[in-house]
Amino acid sequence: MAGVRALGSLSRLTTRRYNLTMFPGVTRRTFRVAACMMARTHVNYEIKGDVAVIRMNDPSARVNTLSVQMQREMTEVMDEVWGNSAVQSVVLISSKPGSFIAGADLNMIQACTTAEEVTLLSQEGQKMFEKIEKSPKPIVAAINGSCLGGGFEFAIACQYRIATKSKKTVLGCPEVMLGLLPGAGGTQRLPKMLGLPSAFDVVLTGRSIRPDKAKKMGLVHQLVDTLGPGLKSPEERTIEYLEEVAVEAARGLAKKQIPLTKEKGLMQKIQDYVMSYPFVRQQIYNTVQKKVMKQTKGLYPAPLKIIECVKAGLEQGPTAGYLAESQNFGKLAMTPESKALIGLYHGQVTCKKNRFGTPEKEVKALAVLGAGLMGAGIAQVSVDKGIHTILKDTTLEGLSRGEQQVYKGLNDKTKKKSITTFERDSFLSNLTGQLDYNGFNKADMVIEAVFEDLSIKHKVLKEVEAVIPPHCIFATNTSALPIKDIAAVSKRPEKVIGMHYFSPVDKMQLLEIITTDKTSKDTTASAVAVGLKQGKVIIVVGDGPGFYTTRCLAPMLAEAVRVLQEGVDPKKLDSLTTGFGFPVGAATLADEVGIDVAAHVAEDLGKAFGSRFGGGNIEFLKSMVDKGFKGRKSGKGCYIYQPGLKRRDVNTEALEILESYKLTPNAAISSDSDIQYRLVSRFVNEAVLCLQEGILANPVEGDIGAVFGLGFPPCLGGPFRFVDSFGADKLVEKMRKFEEVFGNQFTPCQLLLDHAKDPSKKFHK
Amino acid sequence: MIRASKKEKCTFHFHNTTVNIFVGLFLSVVFSNHTAKSKKTLAKPGVKNIVLVDGVRTPFLQSGTIYADLMPHDLARAALQGLLNRTGLPKDAVDYIVYGTVIQEVKTSNVAREAALGAGFSDKTPAHTVTMACISSNQAMTTAVGLIAAGQCDAVVAGGVEFMSDVPIRHSRRMRKTMLSLNKAKTLGARLSLLGSIRLAHLAPELPAVAEFSTAETMGHSADRLAAAFGVSRLEQDEFALRSHTLAKKAQDSGLLSDVISFKVPGKDIVSKDNGIRPSTMEQMAKLKPAFIKPHGTVTAANSSFLTDGASAVLIMSEEKALAMGYKPKAYLRDFVYVSQDPKDQLLLGPTYATPKVLEKSGLTLNDIDVFEFHEAFAGQIMANLKAMESDWFAQTYMGRKTKVGAPPMEKFNSWGGSLSLGHPFAATGCRLVTTVAHRLQKEGGQYGLVAACAAGGQGHAMVIEAYPQ
Repeated sequence: MAGVRALGSLSRLTTRRYNLTMFPGVTRRTFRVAACMMARTHVNYEIKGDVAVIRMNDPSARVNTLSVQMQREMTEVMDEVWGNSAVQSVVLISSKPGSFIAGADLNMIQACTTAEEVTLLSQEGQKMFEKIEKSPKPIVAAINGSCLGGGFEFAIACQYRIATKSKKTVLGCPEVMLGLLPGAGGTQRLPKMLGLPSAFDVVLTGRSIRPDKAKKMGLVHQLVDTLGPGLKSPEERTIEYLEEVAVEAARGLAKKQIPLTKEKGLMQKIQDYVMSYPFVRQQIYNTVQKKVMKQTKGLYPAPLKIIECVKAGLEQGPTAGYLAESQNFGKLAMTPESKALIGLYHGQVTCKKNRFGTPEKEVKALAVLGAGLMGAGIAQVSVDKGIHTILKDTTLEGLSRGEQQVYKGLNDKTKKKSITTFERDSFLSNLTGQLDYNGFNKADMVIEAVFEDLSIKHKVLKEVEAVIPPHCIFATNTSALPIKDIAAVSKRPEKVIGMHYFSPVDKMQLLEIITTDKTSKDTTASAVAVGLKQGKVIIVVGDGPGFYTTRCLAPMLAEAVRVLQEGVDPKKLDSLTTGFGFPVGAATLADEVGIDVAAHVAEDLGKAFGSRFGGGNIEFLKSMVDKGFKGRKSGKGCYIYQPGLKRRDVNTEALEILESYKLTPNAAISSDSDIQYRLVSRFVNEAVLCLQEGILANPVEGDIGAVFGLGFPPCLGGPFRFVDSFGADKLVEKMRKFEEVFGNQFTPCQLLLDHAKDPSKKFHK
Repeated sequence: MIRASKKEKCTFHFHNTTVNIFVGLFLSVVFSNHTAKSKKTLAKPGVKNIVLVDGVRTPFLQSGTIYADLMPHDLARAALQGLLNRTGLPKDAVDYIVYGTVIQEVKTSNVAREAALGAGFSDKTPAHTVTMACISSNQAMTTAVGLIAAGQCDAVVAGGVEFMSDVPIRHSRRMRKTMLSLNKAKTLGARLSLLGSIRLAHLAPELPAVAEFSTAETMGHSADRLAAAFGVSRLEQDEFALRSHTLAKKAQDSGLLSDVISFKVPGKDIVSKDNGIRPSTMEQMAKLKPAFIKPHGTVTAANSSFLTDGASAVLIMSEEKALAMGYKPKAYLRDFVYVSQDPKDQLLLGPTYATPKVLEKSGLTLNDIDVFEFHEAFAGQIMANLKAMESDWFAQTYMGRKTKVGAPPMEKFNSWGGSLSLGHPFAATGCRLVTTVAHRLQKEGGQYGLVAACAAGGQGHAMVIEAYPQ
């Protein structure tokens, strides 16, 4: 779809942030039955004078995780260190570059079958960290790289924390994004360390905290710079330096030269004073609870449980707090929401890999045709990855607008301090804006993002093929035009591929790559490699009208139009869809996509798929377009958009048009729930059909595409996981009911029927 | 006596290889610290011999002291006049003047021209100003060399000035914009509305920082990280700083710093000595807290060069011209290189990169060099460079070289003090280094000297200097 803009708001509670190095090593972890006699492989220590330096390194994975093995060896080592009278203080450090401890071992949790088992795991963790917290010898956590989840909880149990300023160093508890909570004391220690408001912010958003911010918040005590080249590699020497500084700090702590408790600032004192009133705390719980309910619609249990745990700890004391934490952790681990989110996390990891192998030639020079919203967006995510990019348009005005978009996108990042102005400038030096085909003879890939019209695409393809070198790939960014139709005029169809970006390109993570029968494997590998470099999560699907994502969305929108025609207010329609877990309501989505685009796509796909794609009347959409109600971009659609105004009113003129297309709802299938399932079942059925027809390679990509590209409710984990958890038979039952009224639009596809017949059949094992 | 006879031999053997070897052997017996080496001249066929006739500098003073009320061109003027006095050069014999400066006084942006006019040079002598951070006067000198080599000039004065007692502190950008618009406002109403738009925050001034524009990191911070990267300890840095101060004191006391001219500061006394030389004790230095990276950094005020005011100037000529004018040149200026690398992590490694390159150009090895003058920005930076030069791994991994170049032997290194102790007026240091090499070659009887320096922007410079036959 050309403009699924508001889906950026998905980031609030969904999976966007998973791309941080959260647990990436888990898939490679192997369980070992290691006897205590065996040499330790994960944790070792060295005594430097009176300081014990404990080094962690999981030899079987790219990052350290709190696995069974790691925990066992850590306990052993800590006991030895505590028992050694020569040791006065301890430094805890990872010898793995880029990872302190990236979190608990997900497999460990997934291997449990009951909540009680998970609770037990949590309690073991709590006990271990309690011992760390009460250590008679001060422990310094020397943090370089990801310090997340259980690793973060480990670090905050230590007496002192030193972190490197490395870009890879991030702290945080992302458990909430996996439908869990910090189950090893995190919900209990953080409120004490940071105060209630900051603690809620950290635990409920799960956001990653950069070192400088962590220092400001008081999460870490000291920062250490990263080092450049010296007599060893920068990474190696930085860790060594961190260790040197940490050892000095540990000595200082043991000698009481460095105080363990920091003098509190005035603001902190005031805050503590205010918080000492139970009434104030109660107000905060209520406010946070309300905010969570508003954002999650109550569909995500984890944030609510987190509030419960924090509350228990503060109001009823630590014993109750820790108990609530471990029990709720166990409960959450068994929820379908958590399983869905963990599934998405694994899926995302899979879709960040190139299953087509390494391309023969790396794309270093890219050309983008069309400096519109999409073209400029594609250019932006390319130049900041160091790809030389030509941005070509046909008019100076168009080009200027596009270049300004790239500049603004990067400049906004400097305002957020995620890049420096110098980096912005050097990124922009990779961009060449032009009106001609100059330099295309050196391009490794051309991505066209011109107007969605087959004849224009043909014209552009022919022009480009006349100037590009033989190895150059021609990628077309389209949301619905079949790639084989575009490739029909190509002299080299094996080099033609579809790359469907989602708008806004710099915010939306998904890239849908479409291959035709003729597209070569190397072309596909190359396109995937470029997409990965651009930071995308990638699904590779087969060719066909609407590919996968647009094809799933179209019937749902058709149904949404019918619902509107049946007299449901756009606001009501939105609340029904968001109430089901979609981040953006269906009416708003139509406005974001563009009513004209929706009409265009609906007509095209309607021609291709026939009455199955019917539902709402396309004529209604066309009347809207005729009136100039093209959605957000034109200022009016289902709603009225005014620049600077957040509040949106329903477009009454649109309602007037609706009046003339009015349908009478069938009371038997028009309850709120029925409407929700009418919308969702058509989406899901089409997704399953895509798998059945081979458009999709596997259910994982189907789930990822639906959630990351279309905003399918993350708490359901995608259409395929939804079928698994909801039950194919129940879904089919509902669809049959709708089918009776509306006909083949609700006929379940064969694969769905197969699953309904045999409950043992699951899309996800 | 011994020194004199050595000098005699040196001049003699210079033109004769056989004798050279003989004398070399002889010398190696007599002075066991001087090893035998091939003492060829570095003159190249078809390339003009360019000589350093002489060089002078004002005393280098800590900023905010006696020079505090001057302007940069005043200091430059003093150096230029000093050079004229020292060389007895007729003012109209100079074809061109090139001067370096780093922090520009906006009123005298071409400080070379203002100083030259003020120093009484002919108004027919063109002058331009160059800037390349701490190697600005090196750039001025090599610009002069280029002008002479290209046959455009015969006698060029090069130099550099830095005045840290006064630096341009600006209004904020918003305030400047308002003030500029105010100039253009035509009506009282327009003016008042502009004045009304001024907010308290706009009045906050912008201070110049010794920080990289590209990375926003201050140089001291970068030096501390560099020292850490090479594992240079605080102790090593303090020891090196102490060495610099001790040697400078010794050189000052024994009158070796003959490039310093006396300068009558208006309203103040005559100044004739650097005032930043302060040999301390290791204990006292150890007490200082780190200046940039707190609390665990190693770079302190005591092991860094301090903010300095000062100016320097040299007279560079083609050999024929110098001889024709009856001068006895001090040294040949031979090959030079400029290098640059990553301004973040290798900001101050210029000497490491420049040294092997310039030696290769001259066909020399490190062992051939008798006199080393390296710019001491920070003790930690010098130690890091020495370690880098001594590391095969560094040479192979980062410089694309097969082997290390080697670290200079300390007895030949900055033996009359350096920037840490004498002071470092950014753009004036380069000429001091070159003049000192010439003087040390004369004094110590060496043949080749090497100047190397790092500069902001991750740049560096090195030059080979050959003693002029005495």
